[in-house]
Amino acid sequence: MHRSILLSAAARYLMPLMLVFSVFLLIRGHNEVGGGFVGGLVATSALMLYAIALSPAALRKLLPVEPHLLVSAGLISALVSGLIPMLAGKPFMTGLWLKYPIPVIGKVGTPLLFDTGVYLVVIGVVTWILLTLAEE
Amino acid sequence: MSELIWNLILLILSAGLVFAFIRLARGPYLPDRVIALDLISILAMGFILVYAVRFNQPSFLDVAIILAIISFLGTVAFAYYIERRW
Repeated sequence: MHRSILLSAAARYLMPLMLVFSVFLLIRGHNEVGGGFVGGLVATSALMLYAIALSPAALRKLLPVEPHLLVSAGLISALVSGLIPMLAGKPFMTGLWLKYPIPVIGKVGTPLLFDTGVYLVVIGVVTWILLTLAEE
Repeated sequence: MSELIWNLILLILSAGLVFAFIRLARGPYLPDRVIALDLISILAMGFILVYAVRFNQPSFLDVAIILAIISFLGTVAFAYYIERRW
């Protein structure tokens, strides 16, 4: 299969940009537009750009873990975000926030942990589906 | 006066969308349709930007940024498909 040099050069610069933007969307998600789902979709499209520009096998090599491990990590992190308030004696999934915002990231709390879980699940599931389709 | 200019801008963008849609519907070949789809997404981006400035909604700018980053991916995927089909 003939590969375009132009596309793979563009992918090398665009992919980090898209990944950074997806994290930006994830972090500011709870007060402004954005959130885990949109951030995960943007990150997945960055990964898919890589897969189109190089090859699906190259994307598999790039991913540190298998996509289904990402899904389980995301689900566990969402569950933990629900369990943390129970340790403090509050109902399941109560939103708890740290008193002082962390520089760069802003307010940190269990909703952010839940959003990170959604982010990981979306990346895992969509990458899994698309890689399976692309490898057909 | 400035209201007139905003309406004119939106009118021009709408006309562009209509023409791009005509090309999408009629386009004799598949590549013509792909290009029309790409043009439509760029025009939609312009629409969102104009709307965000006109009604002072800065959060809509993010939508335009995401569209700008992502939309070319669809065109690339279509090009990949066309290349493989021929």
